[in-house]
Amino acid sequence: MTTTSSLAIEATGLVKSFDQTRAVDGVDLAVRRGSVYGVLGPNGAGKTTTIRMLATLIRPDAGTARVLGHDIVQEAHAVRALVSLTGQLASVDEDLTGRENLILLGRLLGLGRPAAKARATELLEAFGLAEAAGRLVKQYSGGMRRRLDIAASIVVTPELMFLDEPTTGLDPRSRNQVWDIIRALVAEGTTILLCTQYLEEADQLADGIAVIDDGRVIAEGTPGQLKASVGTGALHVRLLDPGQRTAAEQVLARELGTVTLPADPAALSVSCAEADRGAEAIAVLARSGVRIADFALGQPSLDEVFLALTGHPAEAGPGEPTAAVEEEEVV
Amino acid sequence: MSASPTMQGSFTPADEAAVRRAISSTSRPPAPGPLSAALTFGWRGMLKVKHVPEQLLDVTITPVMFVLMFTYLFGGAIAGSTGEYLDYILPGILVMSVLFTTVYSGVALNTDLTKGVVDRFRSLPIWRPAPLLGSLLGDSVRYLISGTVIILLGVVLGYRPDAGVVGVLAALALVVVFAFGLSWVFTTLGLVLRSPNAVMNAGFMGIFPLTFLSNVFVDPETLPSALEAFVRVNPISILATASRGLMEGNAEGGDIAVVLAVAVALTAVFAPMTTRRYRRG
Ligand SMILES: Nc1ncnc2c1ncn2[C@@H]1O[C@H](COP(=O)(O)OP(=O)(O)O)[C@@H](O)[C@H]1O
Ligand SMILES: [Mg+2]
Repeated sequence: MTTTSSLAIEATGLVKSFDQTRAVDGVDLAVRRGSVYGVLGPNGAGKTTTIRMLATLIRPDAGTARVLGHDIVQEAHAVRALVSLTGQLASVDEDLTGRENLILLGRLLGLGRPAAKARATELLEAFGLAEAAGRLVKQYSGGMRRRLDIAASIVVTPELMFLDEPTTGLDPRSRNQVWDIIRALVAEGTTILLCTQYLEEADQLADGIAVIDDGRVIAEGTPGQLKASVGTGALHVRLLDPGQRTAAEQVLARELGTVTLPADPAALSVSCAEADRGAEAIAVLARSGVRIADFALGQPSLDEVFLALTGHPAEAGPGEPTAAVEEEEVV
Repeated sequence: MSASPTMQGSFTPADEAAVRRAISSTSRPPAPGPLSAALTFGWRGMLKVKHVPEQLLDVTITPVMFVLMFTYLFGGAIAGSTGEYLDYILPGILVMSVLFTTVYSGVALNTDLTKGVVDRFRSLPIWRPAPLLGSLLGDSVRYLISGTVIILLGVVLGYRPDAGVVGVLAALALVVVFAFGLSWVFTTLGLVLRSPNAVMNAGFMGIFPLTFLSNVFVDPETLPSALEAFVRVNPISILATASRGLMEGNAEGGDIAVVLAVAVALTAVFAPMTTRRYRRG
């Protein structure tokens, strides 16, 4: 390598606008070599635009970035020779077979014909696609397509991989398969920049996370740090009767402070640092006539982190109705 | 490595070891040269002819129907006999058939763009115009196929050009060269418009009237004078005339020169436009 920097990605002040939309509005990133870095944000936050700049597909309007030591604008070709991209749309050719897709990529990366064929066979077997190798990709399921897409990205092992929402739209089983592949890649030393809307995904895979919203990084840290920054813990309550949620919200707000309302209509969460205050709040809630199905005292989820940071839930786009939360600055 | 407990089916924890082996086993070969990369994209185009023959069929069936319809319905009325009309119309339909196929170059590029395939190609360390040039080289084989179908149909119907096989091949080559130039117009369109369908509609909206307002079907002498003037300068007319000439053995060098000049001009204007847009993404 031409550089000894321990950072695989160093981005400063990246900006990209489309017409009036400021898709990316001053993003800084520092990603260590060999790590999985999660870029977490809701739809439209600017994740794909950030990845496309770093993968040299579009030029930033302002700001600079070095990927594996190479400037993404001045040395775009050198960057391309070291990275691979698995785009948000599974970027494989639907009109070709799985095997043909991999041979095509192998040839384009400089493998000779026999080497490209052998490599395709090896990857199809490793990714559980040997049986479907001769079928056209348009007949593949979403999970198979995504696995082929990732296989296409490692026909020649990249030093850094961009993965843009690799499990969006997949069923839980396929999602787990993709997660296992990502873990295997990391175990072999590949650096990964992973964009996702799923908090659980970032929590499961990433060493570091940048939370982005409206084109800006609004928080950065390890999953643990992000959780800690919101509060030391949270009280999660589930009601027997969702109709009592408003009543329960009033009681908990009085006892402990701002309540967040998860998607589950029978659930409430409230940040709560001390266990005995939580126990007291539960007692008050029970006495008020609200029937409780169960409750737990634990770490805040990344969902709550996101809500606390942005004022809107992560899975919904901006502008959705939001539960009342205070804005908290983190990091 | 922690294997997920829900994992099942054809992808088992044992494969994770295989995945790791597969990842660790490669070293990076030197990137391919420009020609090699372009030819690989040409190969991709060939595979598509094999897997999606419908696309080629769509654009070939219309010209085939035109040959049959015009020759047997109107041939007698227009040229006195069906045989004579076939001599006139066949080179014209050859032109039409191949030029219709060029629209698909734009449609295919737009499909790649909307499906995200272009993003992958653009992230590869290859000569940047290789995907475009290679695809058009592959498409040229399509043009040859669709032209050959028309010629074979003509032969079946009794078409016997005076200049024989050599003349026919020369005409086919000229048409394919012109089509190569024209297809850059449609690749530009393919990068500007939003969907493959929009490219198809816009493409045919342009190529259809241009083909009908040419001498492909009728001699312009019978037309009103304003129309006749347009038909005479329409490059498609000149291409049709040159093709007829090559097939009959009486081609005029001037016509051929004009056709080649137009092909070069289209390439000179639209190839850089396509390449620049493609680069920018
Ligand atoms: N090519 C484009 N043209 C116009 N607007 C775009 C384009 N790409 C992205 N945008 C806009 O930029 C914003 C960020 O988009 P994107 O980076 O795709 O977000 P994410 O990947 O986080 O969902 C969105 O408002 C989106 O509509
Ligand atoms: Mg996106």
